[in-house]
Amino acid sequence: MKYMLLIYSNEAAFEAAGKAQVEEIIGAYQAYTQALTKAGVIVASDRLQRSPAATTVRTADGKTKVLNGPYAETKEQLGGFYMIDVPDLDAALTWAARCPGASHGVVEVRPVWAM
Amino acid sequence: MARSAAEAARTAAAAAVRESYGKLLAFLAARTRDVAASEDALAEALAAALADWPLSGVPRSPEAWLLAVARRKFIDQARRRQSAAGAGDHLRLIAEELAEAASGEAVIPDHRLALMFACAHPALDAGIRAPLMLQTILGLDAATIAAAFLISPAAMGQRLARAKSKISQAGIPFRVPERAELGERLHSVLEAIYAAFAEGWSDPAGTEIRRRDLAEEAIWLGRLVCSLLPEEPEALGLLALMLHAEARRKARRNAQGDYVPLAEQDPAQWDARLIAEAEALLFRAGAMDAIGRFQLEAAVQSAHVVRRHAGRSDWSAILRLYDALWVLTGSPVVAVNRAVALAEIEGAAAGIAALDALQSDDRLAEYQPYWAARAGLFAAAGNVAAADEAYEQAIGLEHDPAVRRFLDRRRRALRG
Repeated sequence: MKYMLLIYSNEAAFEAAGKAQVEEIIGAYQAYTQALTKAGVIVASDRLQRSPAATTVRTADGKTKVLNGPYAETKEQLGGFYMIDVPDLDAALTWAARCPGASHGVVEVRPVWAM
Repeated sequence: MARSAAEAARTAAAAAVRESYGKLLAFLAARTRDVAASEDALAEALAAALADWPLSGVPRSPEAWLLAVARRKFIDQARRRQSAAGAGDHLRLIAEELAEAASGEAVIPDHRLALMFACAHPALDAGIRAPLMLQTILGLDAATIAAAFLISPAAMGQRLARAKSKISQAGIPFRVPERAELGERLHSVLEAIYAAFAEGWSDPAGTEIRRRDLAEEAIWLGRLVCSLLPEEPEALGLLALMLHAEARRKARRNAQGDYVPLAEQDPAQWDARLIAEAEALLFRAGAMDAIGRFQLEAAVQSAHVVRRHAGRSDWSAILRLYDALWVLTGSPVVAVNRAVALAEIEGAAAGIAALDALQSDDRLAEYQPYWAARAGLFAAAGNVAAADEAYEQAIGLEHDPAVRRFLDRRRRALRG
C-alpha cells in the first residue's frame, strides 16, 4: 500500500536554529532518504518552501479568490513529504517513526486512495 | 419431527457460532482485509445454515460448510462492489485460498490472535478496541455491546463501522507483531480484554445478564490469548486477575442484596476452583521472570485470598506489590490502594498522611474510592467530622445504589 508521510514542523524554531543544528537536521534527512531508497520503498519525496511562500486559491460562484499564505495559520506547517510503498500500516508507522520530522515536529501517516 | 430437526439445526448453528465465529471471521478478514464485508458474508452463511441444516442435516464439518458459503457470498459481494475495478485476479486468488480451506481437507488456520491485534491496534481509538474485539471474535451484535457499555446502539454501530473502515483503508495488518514490539502491542490487546471484563464487572449484583455475560466473554478471550500465547506472563497474569475477581462475584452481595466489602466477605463464599486456577496461572507466569502490571494486580488478589487460611490478608505483601505497581504505572488509583494497605500495617494516621500527599492530583477529586478510603481511615482515627465529610463526598459520587446504601450506613454509624 502507498502511504504519504506528511511532515509538519515549527518553521520559526527551524529559522531560529543555529547553522550547526540546521546542518545536522539536513544530514539526518539525507540519511533517512537514503535508507528509504535502499529499502526500495520510496515513491516520491520533496521538501517544500516555507509557508509564507504559499498562496491559497478558492473558486466560488465562478470567481477565483487568491489569498496570500497557507490554508491554515498553525504553529506547525506542512514542510515536506515522503510517499512510500509498504505492505501495511505497521511498516508505514515504523518508517514514520524513523523520519527526522517525527522528532522535531509530527509526521501524519495517510494511506493513498487506491484507484 | 420437522420441529425437532429445526431445533437441532438451530442448536448446531448456535454452537458453531460460539465455537467458530471468531475463527471463520479471522480467516476471512485476514485474507480480504475487510472486516465489515467478511462479517456480512459470514452472517449470510449462518442464515443459510439455519435454512439448510434442518432439511439436509448438520454437515460433517460445520466450519467448512459455513466457510464455503461465506466464501461464495463474499465473492458475490466483492464483484458487485468492485465491478468497475480490475480486481479479478485478486478475487480469484482469494477464492482459491478460501476454496482450499472450505474443502474440509485442511484444518482452517486460526488467525484469531492476528485479528485481536488488528482490533487493538494503536491506530484505533482506545475506547473502541474492546467493543470491536467482542464483535469480531465472539460475534456479539452492536446492540448487546452498546447495552453493556451504556452507549446507544446507533452510536455504537457507527463507531464500530468507522473502526472497521479504518482497518481496511489504513491498511492495519492482521498479524501477530514481531518479538520487538510484541510486549507493547500485547498490552493493548490485554487492556481491551480487561476493559470488557470491567464493564461486565461493574454490575456487581449480576442482575443484568448482558453485563454479567460480558465478564464471562472477557474471561473466554483471556483463555484464548493464553492458549495461543502460552509463554506470555502478562496474558497469564490478566487471566489470573479476572478469575480471582470472578471467584468473589457471589460474595460481593449478602442475601438482602447489600454490598459486602472485600474485608467483610465470607471466604467460604469464594469459588475455590477459580481461585486454584488463578493461583496456578500466576505461579506459571512468575516462573517466566518478566513482571508486569497484570501479574502484580493478580498477586494483590492472591495476597487477599490468603485470608482463607491465615484469617488475614497478607498486608505487607500487598503494600510491596502496590509499591511496585506505583513505580510501573504512577496511577493515582494505585496510590489510594497503597495508602489503605499502609494503614493496615502502620495505622490509620499513616494511611491518612499518604492520602493527603495525593491531594494535589485533580484526577482523584471525583474518584469515589479515594473518598471512601479517606472516610474509612478518618473514622478509624476517631475524626468524626472529617469522616462524615468524606462519606458525603463518596456517596455523592457512587452510582451503584447498593454501595451507596453501604456507605450511608457507615456514615450513620459515626454518630451512633
